[in-house]
Amino acid sequence: MFQVRMHGRGGQGVVTGAEMLSVAAFLGGKHAQAFPSFGSERTGAPVVAFCRIADTPIRLREPIVAPDALIIQDPTLLHQVDVFAGLRRDGYILINTAKSFAQLGLGEFVKGFHPERLLTVPATDLAVKHVGRPLPNAALLGAFAALGGQISLDAVCRAIESRFDEKVARGNVAAAKEAYEIVREEERLAETHHA
Amino acid sequence: MLEQCEGSHAVAHAVALCRPEVICAYPISPQTHIVEGLGEMVKSGVLEPCEFINVESEFAAMSVAIGASAAGARAYTATASQGLLFMAEAVYNASGLGLPIVMTVANRAIGAPINIWNDHTDSMAMRDAGWIQLFAESNQEALDLHVQAFRIAEELSLPVMVCMDGFILTHAFERVDLPEQAQVDRFLPRYTPRQVLDPNEPVSIGAMVGPEAFTEVRYLAHAKQLQALQLMPLVAGEFRQVFGRDAGGLISSYRTQDAETIVVALGSVLGTIKDTVDELRDSGLRIGALGITSFRPFPIAALRAALIHASRIVVVEKCFAVGIGGIVSRDVRMAFRDRPLTFLDLDWGIVNRVLERERTTRRSGPVAEGVLRDIGMVASRIG
Repeated sequence: MFQVRMHGRGGQGVVTGAEMLSVAAFLGGKHAQAFPSFGSERTGAPVVAFCRIADTPIRLREPIVAPDALIIQDPTLLHQVDVFAGLRRDGYILINTAKSFAQLGLGEFVKGFHPERLLTVPATDLAVKHVGRPLPNAALLGAFAALGGQISLDAVCRAIESRFDEKVARGNVAAAKEAYEIVREEERLAETHHA
Repeated sequence: MLEQCEGSHAVAHAVALCRPEVICAYPISPQTHIVEGLGEMVKSGVLEPCEFINVESEFAAMSVAIGASAAGARAYTATASQGLLFMAEAVYNASGLGLPIVMTVANRAIGAPINIWNDHTDSMAMRDAGWIQLFAESNQEALDLHVQAFRIAEELSLPVMVCMDGFILTHAFERVDLPEQAQVDRFLPRYTPRQVLDPNEPVSIGAMVGPEAFTEVRYLAHAKQLQALQLMPLVAGEFRQVFGRDAGGLISSYRTQDAETIVVALGSVLGTIKDTVDELRDSGLRIGALGITSFRPFPIAALRAALIHASRIVVVEKCFAVGIGGIVSRDVRMAFRDRPLTFLDLDWGIVNRVLERERTTRRSGPVAEGVLRDIGMVASRIG
């Protein structure tokens, strides 16, 4: 079982993001379960949503306290909410920002994590560019497809298309694809660097 | 057809496949996406013939469902929490009149204090109202129970409440197998009402009954509910033949065969309990889980048969009857009046720890893993 926790703010689509991640996993033949942390959320308030992915049916309905991966939609949460709580040392971190982990003040914190599992992507910029609105979900899921190996880019695109009408979907698919390529490019650079 | 969707969407789809002719709902909080989805289906013509009636309150929702059902329509509504309590008087009328209305209750707590999270206080408050109450463990079962609910309701002329945990199920996206219309049509025949209010052939239903017969009327209602204990396993068996999967029935057992300790619960927490049972089994504890699907009528004989060899029974409650304690555990004891058994009620210490954990996760419902580990410790001390 692979467990993902998504952090964002009310209005950014955190819950929708977890749902689309579960749809992408489902389209890839996996079992998946997505659910929000329930509360009387308000626009701008910190929101958490969860997604479990497994090869067998998922019965567990606990909130995810020891995630394998974190997707952080809003970097302003980093020093307000304990977004890293319970994260495994071999876990993945994906943050929506144009900055690096060091620039975010996380350089010390992430020592001991696998560097190739840490990633930042300017998902909001990509969303503004392709969709015209600052909703980073699609780009983050595209990047996650390249990062975690749990879902394919194709499944992400199909999940987007199943959720939105054609015009909105087209922009989101473009954002997801560009985010995916950015990650792939970084991975290629890293490999060259190590070689 | 397999689909990854929200629990509310799955239930709306299932209800639509049951071809309701009247759906009424009060469309503000506490309400779920279920009636929203059904409203869209009626408006777009996907679900027809069906009339969707927006009413002015939950009380009106049940009252309109009563009128529609008495006039011969297959009627459906959904509610939760305070909404169910607001319709309470009409809820009793629906069963007293023997009307086969089906209602989803997305289980949520009752205020005050203001609380939107899941527990079973709403439907437990209606447990004596004469409705059949079924509890779903997963979204698949919620979907399947709705299809069965219309069958059971119409065969017995009794209303059925399908209870599914609010948020935990209604808002969860997971894989469900949505049946085909032809399958549902095969399983659920057209509704043929036993009696119809018709101006051309006037009859009265629910007319006044004095003390000389009221006791008998209530006893008849009880006898009719008990018939459901015979019917529900048959309906579940037929469901299996048509749809190829298990759902419904009275109870569900998990690894109880040789279990010394059996954990009894209702609803979605069973999934977490089953995973925990597997872990505890691996560590050598002989433990199993038992889910109560039919809470009303209460399946005393089935429970007794399933629990008779256990020496320790633990009931995880999601509703607390202030002044006496757990509700389900008291009903479970009914099955064992003649046998000394160790009942571990979740005493204050354990409950308090659960609440502590809830606070840290902002999540309702018993944190089953913690509860069971605690119980395992307590149990080993009791020896």
